[in-house]
Amino acid sequence: MIAKELKRGIITENSIFVLALGLCPTLAVSTSVKNGLGMGLATTFVLICSNIIISIVKNWIPGKVRIPCYIVIIATFVSILHLLIKVYTPTLDSQLGIFIPLIAVNCIILGRAEAFAAKNNPATSLVDGAVMGLGFTAALLILSTIREFLGGNKIFDLMVIPGFQPMAVFILAPGGFFVIACVMGLINYFRGKKGAKAKV
Amino acid sequence: MSVNFISIIQISIAAVLIQNFVLARFLGLCPFLGVSKKLSSAIGMGLAVVFVMTVSTIFTWWIDTAILAAMNLEYLRTIMFILVIASLVQLIEMVMQKFTPALYESLGIYLPLMATNCAILGVAIINTDINQFTGVPFTFVESVVNGAASGAGFTLALILMAGLRERLESSNIPKSLEGMPITFITAGLMALAFLGFSGLSFFPK
Repeated sequence: MIAKELKRGIITENSIFVLALGLCPTLAVSTSVKNGLGMGLATTFVLICSNIIISIVKNWIPGKVRIPCYIVIIATFVSILHLLIKVYTPTLDSQLGIFIPLIAVNCIILGRAEAFAAKNNPATSLVDGAVMGLGFTAALLILSTIREFLGGNKIFDLMVIPGFQPMAVFILAPGGFFVIACVMGLINYFRGKKGAKAKV
Repeated sequence: MSVNFISIIQISIAAVLIQNFVLARFLGLCPFLGVSKKLSSAIGMGLAVVFVMTVSTIFTWWIDTAILAAMNLEYLRTIMFILVIASLVQLIEMVMQKFTPALYESLGIYLPLMATNCAILGVAIINTDINQFTGVPFTFVESVVNGAASGAGFTLALILMAGLRERLESSNIPKSLEGMPITFITAGLMALAFLGFSGLSFFPK
């Protein structure tokens, strides 16, 4: 069952490549693997916590004001996380900048709260938050590895190929757009092939 | 309250061209990709963003300086700003429905989307930082100008994108690049062009 859930979160319903949710932080922080990993884990933490709390309190929230209530719950966890990051990893805090408070308006988190946690019990919501968060982290790792390698010839701050001339544009904004377009295009290509085979 | 005009010009140029919200800072990508299919809806969305950004910077700046900073409650910023923006959007919607029904009709569907638009919260948070041009925190006027200019930058990118996407409709695109990927490639080319503006530096210090 866990393997099935993991497949759903990371591959079939991947929040970035398939659902195209949460793109702003994805493109902004995938400049290096370290930042991508930090952002992915931070979002996963908020996603798990908010999913659990929302599925616990869902019956006491009136339907009309549910969105503001969810947003306040999410923003509370984001503030807790921001304080923790500031104290324990100040370099990550300065690298990610305004994108830590902006986790609060990440569409993935509100999307999972509305689509999953509001209808299910805390235990399954926890699993859902964890696999969706891992899918987000995996996508960030893929993008940031490509960008850090092409843009700086480094992965995790380690030199990869000696003598390879890095293209700085991949670290800058346009590179982010190009890399995500290529990865999405490749996914579509292989999915199209698979679909054609299945039809035959 | 003294107004530093040079700093205001610098802020506007930086927010519209050099640090464009969508193409350089990656803020507000969801509406940028979602509402850029038609030129007319792009213009409506852009106007709504400029309006809400300007009004929300006015409120968040006062709340930040008068309440949060005065009482050392800066860690509550995220929660406070989100609540202020969400309720402000609701309020603006109600007021517009009552007094300017024509404008409300034209912006109607885009207004509720504002509450979860990361560009609006983003500009409120940027305004609590240090102003890179003067080296001191943003003053009230500078904050409002930054809000309005950031909204204008967003609108510029959105309208350009909508124009390009209307052309893309009739062009021959490889099958696996249809939809999202080709839009990202277009955005990347636009970002490349906007990167050229980073060479602009008016009024050197």
